Amino acid sequence: MIFLYAFLVGGAICVVGQLLMDLFKLSPVHVVVSFVVLGALLDAFGLYDKLIAFAGAGATIPITSFGHSLLHGAMSEGHEHGYLGVAIGIFKLTSSGITSAILFGFLVALFFKPKG
Amino acid sequence: MLNDPKNYSENIKPFQPKIPYFMNCLKAFLVGGFICLAGQCFQTLYISLFHFTKQTAGDPTAATLILISSLMTGFGFYDKLARFGGAGSIVPVTGFANSITSAALEHKNEGVVLGIATNLFSLAGAVIVFGVVSAAVLGMIRLFIEQIF
Repeated sequence: MIFLYAFLVGGAICVVGQLLMDLFKLSPVHVVVSFVVLGALLDAFGLYDKLIAFAGAGATIPITSFGHSLLHGAMSEGHEHGYLGVAIGIFKLTSSGITSAILFGFLVALFFKPKG
Repeated sequence: MLNDPKNYSENIKPFQPKIPYFMNCLKAFLVGGFICLAGQCFQTLYISLFHFTKQTAGDPTAATLILISSLMTGFGFYDKLARFGGAGSIVPVTGFANSITSAALEHKNEGVVLGIATNLFSLAGAVIVFGVVSAAVLGMIRLFIEQIF
């Protein structure tokens, strides 16, 4: 069942992004940026974890989960070290994603020729 | 008045292509849904085969999708997918990896350091900046509220 929910929720989040692009003429970067802020906002109220429990990868693969993970890491260290912990922990959960994006992006750019 | 600059946006309306709202949304839904479905398949695979827990399986899942989408960008497939899927290919984490790889590829002829390395985050940088700023502000506010109550 989790596979169906992942498909439906992930698709629905993308439809919201498409509507923002078509109706409000936002650029793709604006859409992605607003989704990241939205993910952090939803996590601040504890709502995003419920969506992840319901939809699995349908909630963790869209970029909204980037904002959610940033805040989650910041809060887990923040509970231990106070306000400084927010800065310590902010990349705690997202570091693997950012590292792999930099690493693979760099290597692909190094070995492939630009197309189109 | 045809040449009235105030009515310009009204006057050009008949000459602009109509946006197929429904088809765009359907395509975005299908492409985005399938990317998330693929992510769910990888996640289930990592949990059952490599003993990841539900919490830790997100890291290798995202890394796998990022690797696939970087390679697809290199081969030029992701551009075709983006032309079809619109937001369905931009909103998932694969779109983040695509923006990094394509920006680096585009500036490759300027050199490895000045071209690839400096332009890697020319699009994705906005995501990280706004993510970090909003998470830091919200994190401090939440910490402040939790300390009061």
